[in-house]
Amino acid sequence: MRLLPYGDRGLLVELADTAAVVAVAELVGAHPLAEELVADVVPGARSVLLVARPGVPVGRLVDVAPDEVAVAEAISQPVRQVRRDDPTRIPVVYDGPDLAAVASLTGLSEQEVVAAHTGTPWHVAFGGFAPGFAYLVGGDPRLQVPRRDEPRTSVPAGSVGLAGEFSGVYPRSSPGGWQLIGRTDLALWDLECDPPALLTAGATVVFEEAR
Amino acid sequence: MTGLLVHAVGGPCLVQDAGRPGHAAIGVGVGGAADRSSYALANRLLGNTPGAAALEVTLGGLEVEATGVAWVCVTGAPVPLSVDGRPEPTGAVLALRPGQRLRLGLPRAGLRSYLAVRGGLAVPPLLGSRARDTLAGLGPEPVRAGDRLPVGDEGTGQMLVEAVPPTTYDDRPVLRVVRGPRADWVVDVDRLVEQVWRVGAASDRVGLRLEGAALAAAPGKGELPSEGALRGAIQVPPGGAPVVFGPDHPVTGGYPVVGVVVDADTDRLAQLRPGDELRFRWVS
Repeated sequence: MRLLPYGDRGLLVELADTAAVVAVAELVGAHPLAEELVADVVPGARSVLLVARPGVPVGRLVDVAPDEVAVAEAISQPVRQVRRDDPTRIPVVYDGPDLAAVASLTGLSEQEVVAAHTGTPWHVAFGGFAPGFAYLVGGDPRLQVPRRDEPRTSVPAGSVGLAGEFSGVYPRSSPGGWQLIGRTDLALWDLECDPPALLTAGATVVFEEAR
Repeated sequence: MTGLLVHAVGGPCLVQDAGRPGHAAIGVGVGGAADRSSYALANRLLGNTPGAAALEVTLGGLEVEATGVAWVCVTGAPVPLSVDGRPEPTGAVLALRPGQRLRLGLPRAGLRSYLAVRGGLAVPPLLGSRARDTLAGLGPEPVRAGDRLPVGDEGTGQMLVEAVPPTTYDDRPVLRVVRGPRADWVVDVDRLVEQVWRVGAASDRVGLRLEGAALAAAPGKGELPSEGALRGAIQVPPGGAPVVFGPDHPVTGGYPVVGVVVDADTDRLAQLRPGDELRFRWVS
C-alpha cells in the first residue's frame, strides 16, 4: 500500500489488487470519521481515491486510510465481498465483434469462451467509469485479455466486454476499449429505480446465453 | 407559479448547482457549477440556500422573461445586461416585473456567467442535485428557447442591497499546481511550468485541452490501471498534450495525472476561452 498526494483535496491509496480496493473502499466508508472528512471514495482498478470535504485539510484523510493489517484482515474474510441475495441474471447474445479475437487470445474456441463466461458467477468489485457501469471480478481466470489496442469511439449500450481480470456491461453508448463478446437488452441504469444502478458493489452476477 | 420563460439562448446554457458528490461508486461524478465561487456569490446576494440551482450561461446570448415578480442576479463573466433594453449592472440584485425581459450580451472577458433567481430553479432533482452532467448525460437537458423554468422556494435569507464590482480577469493567469501522483510518468514534468499553454478549441466542461510543447512519456511505464480523477487533475495521454479536467470529468481515468491544479484556482480555469493563454507554477 502506498499513499500518493493528489492535489490539495485528494489522497490516492495505491493497492496491490482488486480485493484490496474493495476492502479499502469498504473500510473507509465504515470509518467513524468518514462522514466528517470524506466527500467521495473513488475506487479504481488498483487504487482508491479519497476526496476531502470542502474545508477539510487534505492531510486529515490519512486518519481514515486503513493500515495494511486491517486490509489484509478484510481480504481474508471473503464472505464480506459477496452478498447473499440472489444473483442478478444477465441474458447475453454472444455475437460480439471481438469474440473471435478473445478466442484467439485465450486459446479457447468461441463456444468455450461463452461457456467460461457463463459458467462462473461474477461479483461487482466497484462501480465507476460511467453511471451504472460495474467492474465484475471473480470470473473464469482463462478469460483475462488485454484491452483493444485502439479504443472504439462508440460502443453500443448493452455491450458485454472483457478487459484484464474484469467483465462489464456498457449501460449506455460510450467510447470504450474493452473486448466485446456479446450484448444484453437488460437495462443497467434506470432513473425510475433507487438506486438507478442495477449492479451495486457486492452483488453477484450470472451471465446466461440467450438465443 | 413564477418562472423564467426562455426566449433566446446563445452558447450552451445549463442548469447547475453544487453538484452531486458521493456517488462515485455508481459511476456518477460530482459535476456542478464550473466557476463555483461566481455561482455561490449569486446565490448569496439573493439570500438563497447554498446549492440552489441557477443557470450557467456560456458566452451570453440568453434572453429570459419573468412570468411573475422575480429577483435575479448575474455574476461571473461580466456581460452587458439589460432589462427591457435598459442597461443594468452585473453583481447586483435586480427585480423583474411580470413580462419584463432580461438579456445577457457577449461577456467582455471570461466565458461563463451565472444567472440566479431568488428561490432557485425548481427543475426536478436527480440523486440530490439539479446539475447537468454533460459527460454522463444526467440531470436537466440543456436549456433551449421556449423552455419554462419554474422558480422554487429556496430564497429564505436576506437579500444584500449592495452590489459587488464586476469580475475582472487577468490575461495569461498563473495557476497554482501540485505535483500529481504520476508525475514520474513523463520525462520532465517541469515542462508543465516552464511554458505558456494555450487553451484548445475542443475544450469543454469535461476538460481543457492544452496546446504547447508536448510532454514526452517516460519510457517503460506500460499501461496505467484506471484510477479516480478530480477536477483540476492534469492528465497526459500518449500524444503528450495535457488535458485539465473540468467539473464533468470522467469518474476514473486511465492516463497518468502529472499535476493537479489547486482547488481554489480551478474556478479561474472555468473562465478561460479557447485561444486564451495560461501558465502554471508549482506549489508544495
